[in-house]
Amino acid sequence: MRRVYDFHGGIHPAENKHQSVRSGIRSAGVPAQLILPLSQHIGAAARPVVTVGDYVLKGQVIAEAAGHVSATLHAPSSGRISGIEDRPIPHPSGLPAPCIVIDCDQQDLWTPHQGVADYRDCDASELLELISSAGIAGMGGAGFPTAVKLMGKPGRSVKTLIINGTECEPYITADDILMRERAADILEGVAILQHILQPEETLLGLEDNKPEAIAALREAAASASHVEIVTFPTKYPSGGEKQLIEILTGKQVPAGGLPGDIGIVCQNVGTAVAVRDAVIYGRPLISRITTVTGDAVATPQNFEVLLGTPMQHLLDLAGLQPERCERLVMGGPMMGFTVTNPQAPIVKTTNCILAPTTAELPPPPPAQPCIRCGLCAEACPASLLPQQLFWFAQGKEFEKLEQHNLFDCIECGACSWVCPSHIPLVQYYRASKADILQQRRDHAKSEQARERFEARQTRLAQEDEEREAKRAARKAAAEKRTQLATQEGGEDPIQAAIDRAKAKKAAQQAGTGTEPAAAASALDTLRQKLEKAEQRLAQSHASGEDAKIVAALEASAERLRGKLTEAESAASEAGAS
Amino acid sequence: MMAWVTDYPLLAALLALVGLGAPFGALLGFAAVRFRAEGNPIADEINAILPQTQCGQCGFPGCRPYAEAIAGGEAINKCPPGGEATIQALADLLDVEAPPLDAEHGEEKVKTVAYIREDECIGCTKCIQACPVDAILGAAKQMHTVIASECTGCDLCVEPCPVDCIDMLPLEESLQTWHWQLPAPRSNNLEIIATDSATAERAA
Repeated sequence: MRRVYDFHGGIHPAENKHQSVRSGIRSAGVPAQLILPLSQHIGAAARPVVTVGDYVLKGQVIAEAAGHVSATLHAPSSGRISGIEDRPIPHPSGLPAPCIVIDCDQQDLWTPHQGVADYRDCDASELLELISSAGIAGMGGAGFPTAVKLMGKPGRSVKTLIINGTECEPYITADDILMRERAADILEGVAILQHILQPEETLLGLEDNKPEAIAALREAAASASHVEIVTFPTKYPSGGEKQLIEILTGKQVPAGGLPGDIGIVCQNVGTAVAVRDAVIYGRPLISRITTVTGDAVATPQNFEVLLGTPMQHLLDLAGLQPERCERLVMGGPMMGFTVTNPQAPIVKTTNCILAPTTAELPPPPPAQPCIRCGLCAEACPASLLPQQLFWFAQGKEFEKLEQHNLFDCIECGACSWVCPSHIPLVQYYRASKADILQQRRDHAKSEQARERFEARQTRLAQEDEEREAKRAARKAAAEKRTQLATQEGGEDPIQAAIDRAKAKKAAQQAGTGTEPAAAASALDTLRQKLEKAEQRLAQSHASGEDAKIVAALEASAERLRGKLTEAESAASEAGAS
Repeated sequence: MMAWVTDYPLLAALLALVGLGAPFGALLGFAAVRFRAEGNPIADEINAILPQTQCGQCGFPGCRPYAEAIAGGEAINKCPPGGEATIQALADLLDVEAPPLDAEHGEEKVKTVAYIREDECIGCTKCIQACPVDAILGAAKQMHTVIASECTGCDLCVEPCPVDCIDMLPLEESLQTWHWQLPAPRSNNLEIIATDSATAERAA
């Protein structure tokens, strides 16, 4: 038996898991319409590659990954694209986001797809490419693109691969039912992950409140001994990545670091199955298992549901009693958030839809002052000081918050759960984190503005300088000219030229005929010009150029002839006088 | 030597002090030249806190000149785009009391971005010359447009536009900019137990 460790804090809320595991996984079928948000993962939104009116087959790529940390999106069923538009999505803000909408034709026709014959013959980069093109993003919660996570940092070896089957949050049983029914598939997926990462050891960790899943996994693992199934006492939030790592290995992920920094990679069991489907069958990630539970639904159960299915469709299948349902929560009661619109779709990270009655999940009582009881510090799984963070958050003392490691908070809600004053602590932390990030962004932007402003100032100064330099150069040149002229004893050449021009004009005004020599030279120039024009005319006649050009040449020759006769007669007159 | 010291104690003390002072003075003088700080480090720090909108609402031609003025003793509450947060940061840096924002220079407003109604733009380039961060793109007699990601929302382009085709639009909230807000502050007259309300009434 492997030694398991414990992490600091943690709580034991009512599990409420039994309601939704009475029956097995049920298919949710194909709804009339599928709504696929372009951003279902952490990182850049995908870029649509289809247009409205296109017919798409099940499994066809409809949006491709934009950038390194991004995930491809596939059509979960066949049908026609009826819109690429803003739709409500499951997000705490309730804001709409761009989605691809498919009107399903209910044929559910697959696009041709094929997996690899034997993944053992493929090298890691090929398999990562497959996983990436299948659009797989972590199915446990945050939705980080799996291929990017598996790639890790270059030159760092993976010592331990941890498969997360913990599912510690109350009500949710999606991973539990998956492990019960598809244990063999999970282990196959794990084998592929092992082939990619080549870890020294592989651990599949789950809490001891899932005896059926443990039995199923042990049975499946009996034939293949590559995975060690590790069970440990139930406690919330054991399923947090950093907490699970501490339970299984006794190591802590450094503050601000990633599990990769200590040679560990964590993957969810759902992700393992998605990897198996992608590699062995060539099936992209187009469906997932989602728990629909809460007292307001008649038959709480788990559905295998196509991504993009409106939540309303699932709620109808589970028999929602709208009059009893007070609000709709995506995720569990601890870390989930309220969804305002039931038409919001199921996305890659939707592990649970909770439709509680008011009695089940009452609105929080009004917050009272903090009495510094310290229960929150005892419950915090990240060993933080929640009450201290609360004071700093109220006073917006961001520097102090960072000093108290606010960014190591996993927002599990354990502190709020134990707080006797019912203070919504997590909301303070979330708001403060967002404020700090906003401040960093603002600072980066103002730095950029400063650089641009300074660049502009230097540019303007340079332009001024250049203008000034040009003016100075001109001035210097003028001075030099005068100097030269005076040195050579003569007058300024420009002044001399002006004088010459003036003299000439005066002479012209006195009478044109006074300078027969000048008139004769003008006559000569005209004659030469005429000669050239006639030559050109003859050439163009010979080579048969465009009629227009010929006409133009003729006209100019004619003009020259006229001018010549005029000049000749003037000259003869002058000669006569 | 010792005899001379005991004979002329006053002179000896004077000599000793001068002997100490001269080399240390020389050392300080050398250090002042050798380790001389370029520019004004305080002004740099102040400039890093200012929001760099370069709007001139403070009465100085840009953030840098205002930072230098603050370093020279100017009031720290003349920057409306920075608002209370900037005043607080400046007060912390300079270790002075944080005064409220000077209303004479404007009020703290929501962040905006300039937007040119492109159909109406006549391509006069006046706004391009006014933009302190070169965030407007265009050429003479060609339509101009604002690079929204570079715009600091300083308003300086609005005034010179001869056809008034520039709007200052508030930044729209999107999924990228949305974030959780702090819970509403606790109301002081919560009726938690019966005696609470009585206390509140008495206080009021």
